[in-house]
Amino acid sequence: MKQFTPLNGLVVPIDRSNVDTDAIIPKQFLKSILRTGFGPNLFDAWRYLDEGQPGQDNARRPINPDFVLNQQRYQGAQVLLARENFGCGSSREHAPWALDDYGIRAVIAPSFADIFYNNCFKSGLLPIVLPADVVDQLFHAVAAHPGYRLVVDLAAQTVTTPEGVAHGFAVDEFRKYCLLNGLDEIGLTLRHADEIRAYEARRAQSEPWIFGVSA
Amino acid sequence: MNPLSLYEKLWQSHVVREESDGTALLYIDRHLVHEVTSPQAFEGLRLAHRDLWRVGSILATADHNTPTTNQKVIADPVSRLQVDTLDDNCRRYGITEYPMGDHRQGIVHVIGPEQGATLPGMTVVCGDSHTSTHGAFAALAMGIGTSEVEHVMATQTLLSRKAKIMQVNVEGVLRPGVTAKDVALAIIGHIGTAGGTGHAIEFAGSVIRGLSMEGRMTLCNMAIEAGARAGMVAVDDVTLRYLEGRPYAPKGAQWQAAVAYWRTLHSDEGARFDQKVTLDAGTFEPLVTWGTSPEMVVSITGRVPDPALESDVTRREGMERALRYMDLQPNMAISDIAIDKVFIGSCTNSRLEDLRAAAAVLKGRKVASSLKLALVVPGSGLVKAAAEAEGLDKIFMAAGFEWRNPGCSMCLGMNDDRLSPGERCASTSNRNFEGRQGAGGRTHLVSPQMAAAAAVAGHFVDVRTFLD
Ligand code: SF4
Repeated sequence: MKQFTPLNGLVVPIDRSNVDTDAIIPKQFLKSILRTGFGPNLFDAWRYLDEGQPGQDNARRPINPDFVLNQQRYQGAQVLLARENFGCGSSREHAPWALDDYGIRAVIAPSFADIFYNNCFKSGLLPIVLPADVVDQLFHAVAAHPGYRLVVDLAAQTVTTPEGVAHGFAVDEFRKYCLLNGLDEIGLTLRHADEIRAYEARRAQSEPWIFGVSA
Repeated sequence: MNPLSLYEKLWQSHVVREESDGTALLYIDRHLVHEVTSPQAFEGLRLAHRDLWRVGSILATADHNTPTTNQKVIADPVSRLQVDTLDDNCRRYGITEYPMGDHRQGIVHVIGPEQGATLPGMTVVCGDSHTSTHGAFAALAMGIGTSEVEHVMATQTLLSRKAKIMQVNVEGVLRPGVTAKDVALAIIGHIGTAGGTGHAIEFAGSVIRGLSMEGRMTLCNMAIEAGARAGMVAVDDVTLRYLEGRPYAPKGAQWQAAVAYWRTLHSDEGARFDQKVTLDAGTFEPLVTWGTSPEMVVSITGRVPDPALESDVTRREGMERALRYMDLQPNMAISDIAIDKVFIGSCTNSRLEDLRAAAAVLKGRKVASSLKLALVVPGSGLVKAAAEAEGLDKIFMAAGFEWRNPGCSMCLGMNDDRLSPGERCASTSNRNFEGRQGAGGRTHLVSPQMAAAAAVAGHFVDVRTFLD
């Protein structure tokens, strides 16, 4: 897992609710067997005017000038500001991979779809839930101030505005610990291998059919 | 003893250890694998020199990229590589796989239950959000991401936190022409696509008890569309009758022991729920989605809603955007919406019961001449064979449908089956997101019989007028 370091990042707003994983990374790009290279196709259907295909030279495609990601003032954004239920839809981890590959480090929204929220941590991306009215204020602030940045501090669990207003956010202790230290969760879990084996032995007694091999 | 809900029973019986912050290591009994979300997980294992913890827990199949016409060749080299990679990985690790061409191959969520690989009391995971389908068997079934797929492969466990629990009671009796799909859409329309966020939903009530396993799977399949992490239904005789004799189901004395345990898999009287919702099914009608989110749904007898009447700004803008994308006008009658294509299939509605229901509407009828394509894609090779044994394929083809080979197909169009920009489809799948069935394509979610009726009429139509 990638380590999350404190961030002072340019904010890009995606002002619509229920942004789904098909929108974040359309299915034709899921055919890749790699974890990287999805950035150029993040929000592909909104970002380009033609229909994207894997393996294309994206630099030659017609871009949609109306889409925020294409506007000059948001180039280099690292914080994505979103509305409710961000990341709904499929379990594809390609969605956080695409955001990460593009350069986004944190996503702020009033709510996230569960699987997407979970997947973010695995890719070193920080999903932050802030109250809907705070998110709304941030949308206004971003619109009003080109170059608007937010400071995201995971250790302190705060998002701080340029005016110095700090908004606290919640995060599970264990996830925070793993993300701050860039820990390998599988390695951590395998330290409990004996407990897993003991559990398995008990279940093999009580529900042997679970461990039967295929018919 | 404390009364427990079904979810709590399943949760407690799988906790290997729990951290002080509530993060638990949950043991995973069954791991279903498909080609799209697994290659990076296998790669990760190899890079870390790790092995599979329990290879017998895994069942694999290729479904998303598989062509539905000729299953011998995948023309697209990128799709082919992904399917070949799955085959290679399964061979290398000794994983049971139903590859393309195997008569048991199909959509992962259709074949798991069909093989009896999904059993009550199990934890079931798959790198796919519609894993919620398997909860129909009183299993705790969750969709996971690829890093978690790797975690389960290497440790047989998942790091998880207890969800909140919502009980959705559907009482009363379904009227003719109203199906499990309409129940699912009605629930989503009621609680919204984020209504179940952070929750596991237990579906209960007389209507659920009256559904077949196929219907319960349709319902649990769409629990994820209500934002829920999992959907589930208690064990009853319907569950047991479905499972007995399936290849992976226990046999003989083990079957007896299993049944005795499985019978305890229901919420106890007085169990605690974080939320309870009760719906009266007597008011349900056949439904059609009009927008780009499954919660944007209305009765076939209704009209496209008017955003001007919505007071919440974000919601209103969402509706306006959806209407623009769908190219619909406010207040237009749903039955005036003409369609270009019809898709009957997907892990929501591609089982034998679904095909029978659609065929019953199509028997002796023809699809409208205005239709560009009407497609039936059975959920698995076994569903296909069973349907053919009943002559359903003949009914579909006589009506003008194409009868294809199993896979996800036009549910998401990773293979060649998709909508062209601007095309409008009556689809039995589960997602009507922008571009879901093909860039620029417009999806309306309906039940199999409503899709069949729309195919005949060339526009949405109340299937009840076909049933008399
Ligand atoms: S049929 Fe559709 S929803 Fe189901 S697994 Fe396949 S792509 Fe996903």
